[in-house]
Amino acid sequence: MELILIILLGMLYAAGVYLILRRSMVKLLLGIMLLGGGTNILIFLLGGIVKGKPPVIAEEAKLFQDVFADPIPQALILTAIVISFALTAFAIVLLKRVYALVNSDDLDDLNTPEEEDI
Amino acid sequence: MIDNHILAPVLIHLFSAVLQLIAWRKTVTQRIISILGTFLGTLLAIRLLADVYSKGVLTLNASNWEAPFGIVFVADLLSATLVLLTSIAGLAVSFFSATGVSRQRMLYGYFPIFHFLLMGLNGAFLTGDIFNLYVWFEVIIISSFVLMTLGGRKTQLEGAVKYMAMNILASTFFLTGIGILYGITGSLNMADLSVKIQQVQNQSLVGITACFFILGFGIKSAVFPLYYWLPSSYHTPPSAVAATFGGLLTKVGVYAMIRVFSLIFIPDEFTRNLLMIIAVLTIVIGSMGAVIKTNIRRMFSYLIVCHIGFMIGGIAMFSKIALMGALFYLFHDIMVKTNMFLIAGLIRQLRGTMDMKKLGGLYAQYPLISLVCALVLFSLVGIPPLSGFWPKIYLFQAAFTLDHYAFVAALIIGSFTTLYVIAKMWAEVFWKDSPDDVTVEDKFEPLPMFRKILLVLPICILCLVTLFIGLNAEAIVQLVDKISTQLLDTSPYVEAVLGKTK
Repeated sequence: MELILIILLGMLYAAGVYLILRRSMVKLLLGIMLLGGGTNILIFLLGGIVKGKPPVIAEEAKLFQDVFADPIPQALILTAIVISFALTAFAIVLLKRVYALVNSDDLDDLNTPEEEDI
Repeated sequence: MIDNHILAPVLIHLFSAVLQLIAWRKTVTQRIISILGTFLGTLLAIRLLADVYSKGVLTLNASNWEAPFGIVFVADLLSATLVLLTSIAGLAVSFFSATGVSRQRMLYGYFPIFHFLLMGLNGAFLTGDIFNLYVWFEVIIISSFVLMTLGGRKTQLEGAVKYMAMNILASTFFLTGIGILYGITGSLNMADLSVKIQQVQNQSLVGITACFFILGFGIKSAVFPLYYWLPSSYHTPPSAVAATFGGLLTKVGVYAMIRVFSLIFIPDEFTRNLLMIIAVLTIVIGSMGAVIKTNIRRMFSYLIVCHIGFMIGGIAMFSKIALMGALFYLFHDIMVKTNMFLIAGLIRQLRGTMDMKKLGGLYAQYPLISLVCALVLFSLVGIPPLSGFWPKIYLFQAAFTLDHYAFVAALIIGSFTTLYVIAKMWAEVFWKDSPDDVTVEDKFEPLPMFRKILLVLPICILCLVTLFIGLNAEAIVQLVDKISTQLLDTSPYVEAVLGKTK
C-alpha cells in the first residue's frame, strides 16, 4: 500500500511541476492542484498508515499499548483540502476574468505596459 | 504564563470585519468601524507588549487542550512587537483608505477584507503551532488575493495571476515541509518540535525539511531567485493596499523564517551559507532593479526586495549582534515601507501620475508635505540619527566579526543604491520644475479639509513612529537585545508552552 502511494505521490509531484512550467494559465492551475493533491497524500503517508486500529482507547487502559491509526494527518489533510478548494475556486474565477480581458491563455501575454489609472 | 488576552488583537479585527459585513454597502459606517477597530487594535497591542515585557512569555491553549496536543498561541517579545507594528501600520492604512480608496472598491468589501488580512497577520505572529501558522498564512494570502484583484483593472488582474500562482506554490512547499516534519517528529507544536527535532536520528532528512521551509518562506519574503512576482504585482493595486502588502506581507515571511530557524532548525553550516548567498544576491539584484525603474512604486517594490536581503543576512549570521541588527531593521522596515507606499499614493493624488519623468515641483507647491516625505526618505536611506542607520551598525559589526566580507560589500552596495535612487526620486519629484508638456491632474486640492487630513495624517503618524524608533534607538536596542536573547536561548519559550517540567 505504501509503495503504491509513494509512486502515486511522485507522479503527482512530477506532473504538477511539469504543468507549472508550461506557459498556459489553465495548465498552471492544474499543476498547482496536482501539487496540492500530492502534498495531501504525502502528509497521509508520513502520518503512518495503520490498518484496522482505530485510535480508541479501552476503558480501563491509560495508554495505547499497540500501534494505532493517527487521526491528526487526516485532520490536517481535511483542513488543507478545504483551503485549497477555496483557493482553487478563486483562482478559476481570476483566470476566467483574465482570459476575458487579455483574450489569451498564454502567461507571456500578461505584460500590459504601465497604465496610469490606479 | 496563561493569559487569555493575547488573542485580543486577532479578535478585534475579526469583530470589525464581521460588523462591516453587516454594514454591507454602507461605506461611511465601514470607514468609521475600520478606524475605530484599528485604533482599539493598537491600544490592545500596546497592552499586550507591555504585559509580555513585564511578565515574560504568555501562552493560551485553545479550548484548554494542553500543549503539545492542542493549538497553542504564544506571545513572546518578538510576536508582541510585530503585532504592535502591524496594528500601527493598519491604523495608518485605515485612515488613508478612508479617502485613498475609491468608493466602488469599498462597495465590494474593501474594508472587511482588509480587516481579515490584519487578523491573519496578527494570528500568524501569535500562533505557536506550525500547522496553525500555515492556516494563518492562507488567511493572509486569500485576503490579499481579494485586495489585489478588487477593482478588476487589466494590469491588476495580470499582476494578481503571478502573485497568486507564486503564493499558492509557496504554501504548497510550506505544507510539504510540515508533512515531512510531522512524519519525522510526530508533533506540530513549535516548542515541542524544538525539543523533538534534536532527537531525530536522520539529521539529513531534517536538513531537507529545512530546505522546504526556506523555499516556502523565501517565496513569501521575495528573496533572490524567487522574488520576481513582487515587482510585477505590487505596483498594480491601489496605494493603500500596496502599503499594507509592501510593509507587512513580505515581513511575515521574514518573521516565519526567524521563528522557524531560531526555534526548530538551528541553522547549521550549510543553511547559513545558503541563506548568506541568498541574502547577498537579493541585495544586489534588488538594488539593480531599483536603479532602472522610473515609476515610483516599481522602484519601491525593488527596494523591498533589496532590503529583505539585509534581514536574511542577519538571520544567516545567526549571532546575537546579527539578530539584533536584523530585528531592528525589520521593525524599521515595516514602518518605513508602509509609509513609502502611502507617500506614493499621496503623490498620485497630488499629480495624477507616479512616473518620475512626468512629476516635479512638489516642493514648491507643498513644502510641508515634502518635509514629512523627506524625513521618511532619509530614514529609509539611514541618515544618522534616523531609524535606518542604527540596524546597519549592528549588521556591519556582525559581518566583520564573522568575516562575511561579501555581505559587507552587499550592504554597502545596497545602502548606496538606496541613497542614489532616493536622491534621484527627491530631485525628480520634489525639486525639479514640473515638466511643461504634462497637464497636472490635482485630485488633492479640491478635496475638503477633513479629507486632506485623512490623507496626510497617516503619513505623519508613521513618520512620528519612525522618528521615535530613530531618535529613541536606546529603547529599541534594549528591546531587540531582549528578543535576540530569547531567540538564541529558546528555553523560556519552550518552558512557557510545555510547562516547567520539560
